[in-house]
Amino acid sequence: MRVFGDRFIALVLVLGVLAAVITPARAGPYEDALAHFTADSFDQTIDGINAVAASGNALAAPVIRALQEGRLFFSADGKRVFIREQGDRLIDAATGQPVASDPPDLAPVRLNNRLRRIVEAALGSLTLMAPDPGKRLEAAQAVLKSKDPNALPALDQAIAKESDARVKQALTEARAAVVLYSDNASDDEKLDAIALIRQRGDQDALALLGGLPASASPAVKKAAADAIASVQNSLALWTAVQNAWYGLSLGSVLLLAAIGLAITFGVMGVINMAHGEMVMLGAYTTFVVQEVIRARNPALFDYSLAIAIPLAFLVAGFVGILIERGIIRFLYGRPLETLLATWGLSLIIQQAVRTAFGPTNKDVGNPSWMSGSFDLGHITITYNRLWIIVFTLLIFVGLLGLLRFTRFGLEMRAVTQNRAMAASMGIRTSRIDALTFGLGSGIAGLAGVALSQIDNVSPNLGQGYIIDSFMVVVFGGVGNLWGTLVGAFTLGIANKFLEPYAGAVLGKIAILVLIILFIQKRPRGLFALKGRAVEA
Amino acid sequence: MIAGMVVRSLDRGAIAFLATLAAIGILVPVLNLLVPATSPFHLSSYFVALFGKYLCFALLALSIDLIWGYCGILSLGHGAFFALGGYAMGMYLMRQIGTRGVYAHPVLPDFMVFLNWPELPVYWYGFQHFAYAAFMVLFVPGLLAFVFGWFAFRSRVTGVYLSIITQALTFALMLGFFRNNFGFGGNNGLTDFKDILGFNVQAPGTRAALFMISAFALMLGFVICRVIVSSKFGKVLVAIRDAEARTRFLGYRVEAYKLFVFTLSACMAGVAGALYVPQVGIINPSEFSPGNSIEAVIWVAVGGRGTLTGAVLGAVLVNYGKTYFTSGFLAPYWLFVLGGLFIAVTLLLPRGVVGTIHHWWGQWRERQAGAARVPDASPRPAE
Repeated sequence: MRVFGDRFIALVLVLGVLAAVITPARAGPYEDALAHFTADSFDQTIDGINAVAASGNALAAPVIRALQEGRLFFSADGKRVFIREQGDRLIDAATGQPVASDPPDLAPVRLNNRLRRIVEAALGSLTLMAPDPGKRLEAAQAVLKSKDPNALPALDQAIAKESDARVKQALTEARAAVVLYSDNASDDEKLDAIALIRQRGDQDALALLGGLPASASPAVKKAAADAIASVQNSLALWTAVQNAWYGLSLGSVLLLAAIGLAITFGVMGVINMAHGEMVMLGAYTTFVVQEVIRARNPALFDYSLAIAIPLAFLVAGFVGILIERGIIRFLYGRPLETLLATWGLSLIIQQAVRTAFGPTNKDVGNPSWMSGSFDLGHITITYNRLWIIVFTLLIFVGLLGLLRFTRFGLEMRAVTQNRAMAASMGIRTSRIDALTFGLGSGIAGLAGVALSQIDNVSPNLGQGYIIDSFMVVVFGGVGNLWGTLVGAFTLGIANKFLEPYAGAVLGKIAILVLIILFIQKRPRGLFALKGRAVEA
Repeated sequence: MIAGMVVRSLDRGAIAFLATLAAIGILVPVLNLLVPATSPFHLSSYFVALFGKYLCFALLALSIDLIWGYCGILSLGHGAFFALGGYAMGMYLMRQIGTRGVYAHPVLPDFMVFLNWPELPVYWYGFQHFAYAAFMVLFVPGLLAFVFGWFAFRSRVTGVYLSIITQALTFALMLGFFRNNFGFGGNNGLTDFKDILGFNVQAPGTRAALFMISAFALMLGFVICRVIVSSKFGKVLVAIRDAEARTRFLGYRVEAYKLFVFTLSACMAGVAGALYVPQVGIINPSEFSPGNSIEAVIWVAVGGRGTLTGAVLGAVLVNYGKTYFTSGFLAPYWLFVLGGLFIAVTLLLPRGVVGTIHHWWGQWRERQAGAARVPDASPRPAE
């Protein structure tokens, strides 16, 4: 064993010595290129820059950047080049290793204006070929903005080598921008470039086409004008699509908040001012679930919403049934007083939550599958909004199914249409009332889970939605879920289309005024109940 | 004729109530100004300002009682009319500041200088004259109520629908007044007042005078309401409250009745707001918040709707309770109390304090009178 140990140490030593001997001998094009910097002559330095840039070594970019910033030093005796890092640390440009002590004849590699331009071009082309695709994309976009004609050769080189489709696209567009603004490109080349930029079709493209130099030929100018018109058209279309998307998103939130209200109002004629607080309870349930998960088992965090959804439904639904049994059933037939009592209740619930959890916003996290976004054409779609729309539609469909296909739904519809008749047929209307109220509140709780993902979770969460959800119900009409659906999406989309013209607040005011006017025409909403139920 | 109507409208209870108000309106300023501070009977200026505020709230409650208690219109946006009246008065007070503002601009109020407004907006013209401002105090809330009511009542928006759109109305106004470019001081509202009609708003004498005027306005409002509800017109209002469709089929123009009483009520609320602003020294958009309007409704419910005196009593009681609770260590529990009040009153005391007393009194009289049946004086809840 002992013998083996000695031999092992000896082997390591020998290998170490060999490595030390071999490393300097392994000089490649990069190390040769570095030697140019030690000559202290501008011409040599130019050769050095070009050779380093062409070497493809990982250290090439740091070396040239150091040169640009005056942090590149050389030692003529040792024929070595160093980079001065932050904190005065000196590293060997050849190996990237820190140097123990400064060599005595350390001198900076000098630059003049001619060299500076070469350095810039070299740096641009180096980042265009950086190993990280993100860096390459950034560099391509920088060229697109700068339209620097010197970058053309580097661009061509980079396009030829590029393997990532997205980066390649960006590079091609950058090249088109450079060609469009270069003085020595032919008209044909420029027309091709315009076609390329036109395909890009965003604000940058518009800026590129609009800023064409006056020296451009008429054919190019005309092509550019055409391209601008087409880009503007497509941009207007995309803005409309974007607004529609935002509107759908807002509409789904409104629908989520209003749908429970529509049920209780439609079936029982009860205005529940504490509805917003049920939403808030759902959001706080999500918060508590996440807190418990964070403390006990962080690995489950991605499932926190899946756990919170049934819990929020149960918590809010249970509170709803308590409210119905405790307060509302004594007030049937007195809707105005129900309104006041439930308002009082909302104050109490808010204050209770404030006392229990504090008045500040609570941090409810997005699970990984709900964060982030993706691009669809020229609009960005965030996953949380997308999931909320899906979630809302699921709830809506589920609720329709519940009303249509279950015994509870049948009884609920019977009570809505004719309470007295339903009671005579043996339906326990008071039980249906309690369950309906519980269902409406439970759905509000579900809304709270969703809203916790996009809004601040605070005791005032519900109040922000209550008036909007009333507007949806009033607009859509009572006693019809489709009315609520149409109402919510109409209001959401109308709001988002008004916003660019009127601003967020004025848009909202305009919507309120429009609803007040709309009520004149159809006092009972878009989808009004007809027949005897109206006067009930 | 008018005098005759007034005299006929006042029963014993109403006269006692007016006498109490008059006594308060005279006694409180006297005890504040003439009794030396060392005397146990002295009332502090704080007290005068506080109760002056309550009197304004009482007038607001009275205006709500007129439409809710007697006509069944539950407005959840009456705070809007109150605030509009307040803003009209606030604009007058702003113009009175003159060069004493921080920026010492002779015409523009401070916030406009701060926001770089080149000149006074057109709708601020004329507010340096008290008479014009006083007219606007009545006109702006009245006009809004008239236009809104004309639309709403004509298309028969009733019950909770009406309540909700009145709430939306005040919410929309709140959002608007929060904006700086509306020209009403945005978030901060109007404040830092100096003079009213040449008198310093802060001076004890001015405060006492404002208190007296508030008491007088409340008495006047009470008499107007009393005259209306005891006239034939008032009987129709009650009929509308209890059976709107039937009243319409009997040939009454329900919309016209509702519109008149709604507009009148809005003007009263505007006056209440106008008296409120110089006494508290500020008006800002939070006065428009739907919560304030609903709170005003609960004052009426506590006192007893359809009684007029109950509305006044309820406003004073609830606001005194609010002051008491929110000024001490009990502050965090005030919302529990207020919320509990909403529930307790609607569940246990639907007639309110005064209404319940009336009811008991009526029952007692009935028992005394034996067979002779006295009609129930207190109205049943609307709807």
